[in-house]
Amino acid sequence: MALKENSEAIFSESPGKIALRTLRKDKRALFSLAILGFIVAISLLAPIYSHFIAHTDPFNSTLDATTTIGGKVVPVLEPSTTGLGLGVTPIGPTWNLRGYFLGADGQGRDVLARLLYGGRNTLFIGLSAGIICIVLALLIGVVAGYRKGWIDAVLSRLLDVIWAFPVYLLAISLSVVLLTSGLTIGFIHIGPGSFALPIFIIGIVYIPYVARPIRAQVLALREREFVRAAVGIGAKDSTIIFREILPNIVPSILVFIPIIVALCMLTESALSFLSIGVQPPQASWGTIINDGLALLYTRPLVGIAPGLLIVLTAASLNLYGDAVRDALDPKTRARGDA
Amino acid sequence: MIAFIGRRFSAMIFVLVSISILVFLIFFATPGVDPAARIAGRNADQQTLMQVRHSFELDKPLPVRYLSMMRHLFISRDLTSYVNRGAKVIPQLSQAIPATLSLVIGAAIIWLLFGITFGVLAASSKRKWLDPTISFLGIVGVSLPVFWLGEVVNLVTQSKLHTSVFRWVPPLGYVGLSVNPWQWFLHLIFPWLTLAVLYAGIYVRVLRSEILVVMSEDYIKTERAKGASEKRILYKHATRMSLITIVSLFGLDFGALVGGYALLTEVVFGIQGVGKLTFDSLQNFDLPVIMATVMYASFFVVFMNAVVDVLYAVLDPRVRRA
Repeated sequence: MALKENSEAIFSESPGKIALRTLRKDKRALFSLAILGFIVAISLLAPIYSHFIAHTDPFNSTLDATTTIGGKVVPVLEPSTTGLGLGVTPIGPTWNLRGYFLGADGQGRDVLARLLYGGRNTLFIGLSAGIICIVLALLIGVVAGYRKGWIDAVLSRLLDVIWAFPVYLLAISLSVVLLTSGLTIGFIHIGPGSFALPIFIIGIVYIPYVARPIRAQVLALREREFVRAAVGIGAKDSTIIFREILPNIVPSILVFIPIIVALCMLTESALSFLSIGVQPPQASWGTIINDGLALLYTRPLVGIAPGLLIVLTAASLNLYGDAVRDALDPKTRARGDA
Repeated sequence: MIAFIGRRFSAMIFVLVSISILVFLIFFATPGVDPAARIAGRNADQQTLMQVRHSFELDKPLPVRYLSMMRHLFISRDLTSYVNRGAKVIPQLSQAIPATLSLVIGAAIIWLLFGITFGVLAASSKRKWLDPTISFLGIVGVSLPVFWLGEVVNLVTQSKLHTSVFRWVPPLGYVGLSVNPWQWFLHLIFPWLTLAVLYAGIYVRVLRSEILVVMSEDYIKTERAKGASEKRILYKHATRMSLITIVSLFGLDFGALVGGYALLTEVVFGIQGVGKLTFDSLQNFDLPVIMATVMYASFFVVFMNAVVDVLYAVLDPRVRRA
């Protein structure tokens, strides 16, 4: 029976198809994709929510705004009743989608609306940084592994240096320098508030994590018979790289994508939390956690809600990464039988 | 072996020098960034800028300034802060180190304990529910933003419950071990746990998959054929082999954390450690302090990297020739 199944698989399906079929049946993959899909969908609906349902502007502080709870009009920022009675406490959750579902932040802005907009930014930056990181790492890893010699030596040393530079220190140093004045290279000027800065900073710091294993893989692949055969029949370098080597790296890349995107997302929120990532009035889940810091003991939900979304998104990405790895790696599949 | 260590050592020096140049260039040669304007403040006039340029030696060429900074940092060891003129950098740094060391060592003990126990359990348990449960907790662990977790911990221990269940938790901050060991412990217990969660998650995941890989190796089959007990195979062979990976991972993580990677935990719990010092000086653009902390941090990372490599070479002779 086992033999029959095996032989069918060999004759009818490519490894990619087998992996895809395994992945489709994997409950973890379905579950995590469903959660990710939901989070992406509600984030994309942010403008619709704030314009048509809550009728609020999540980017302007509205210190004298009011909202209606149970027919009564109440101010969004209530005068503080505790302590010395100084300052204001933002309104807590109304659990009503028509406004301030999760309450307001210290500037009277609707937390849910900011959370949705923040989700767009966090997801966008995480994904873009992840893609930049993987593309550059692939380029460096393949060139270093394939060319060998002095190019490899230079690129490897470069990776060593970034590797030894503690990730947050590098990201923070770059952010602190760039976020006040922006970056000017020749006639290109990137403004200080631009998302391009955090995207590139985060993308760059994680390059060694991906480039090193890819370089090692390319080095090993280069010595394999099928690559030597291609060299032997006089194939061009580009043909060898694109037809022989790259297809064999695809599985590793597929496993890296969700993990690196999760890492980039977590780094973005950490930088934004330290107020050197996304700049106000724009929101990201990290900046909202930072906003919630001052309200931690009065309106804890402001800081807790974005964190829960970060955990949910990152955990789904990691879970999906596990499922992809198990689907692509025949060794893990064999382990099930052993 | 000696040749290997020598090679490793010279690579280490190279990386350290490169990092110091890189940091220097990030702060002084990024296009469009004027350090004098940063030091002088937002609305400084032209004359103040000139003055700042002169007194901070910003009008001298880059290589001269770089060498002068390195000389003050390493040879005369009297590098002074840009912000608090006259404050020496090295004492500031050495004051911050004990707090960071206390935080990181305590957390490391916790995460190694949990990571190894649960990693082995997940890989070996016959109970069907245990592996998925531990793997799931591991995923949650690696997905928790540490600063957020710290805030939630503060919310639980410093807010409403502070008058009942958590009355024994002291306010945020750090008390030196030599000042009061018991208070030191009480102040650090929650920061330790918070910091350990992420790494326990990583180690559980890595150890579990490493053990599973080793378990499918031929020499394990040989052991089985020889009639060795499953217990012996698991502990004597599979776990022991997998711990090599953990050792190298631990070297890197420990180096990075001692070097300031614990910054977020330090900021959230108000611990005046190296990470907090770096962060504060970054906000003030206090380059000499940043240079000192980054050099110190990367020294730890590079040093632990080298230790790990040498350790690897001791454990696995094949590496020596590579």
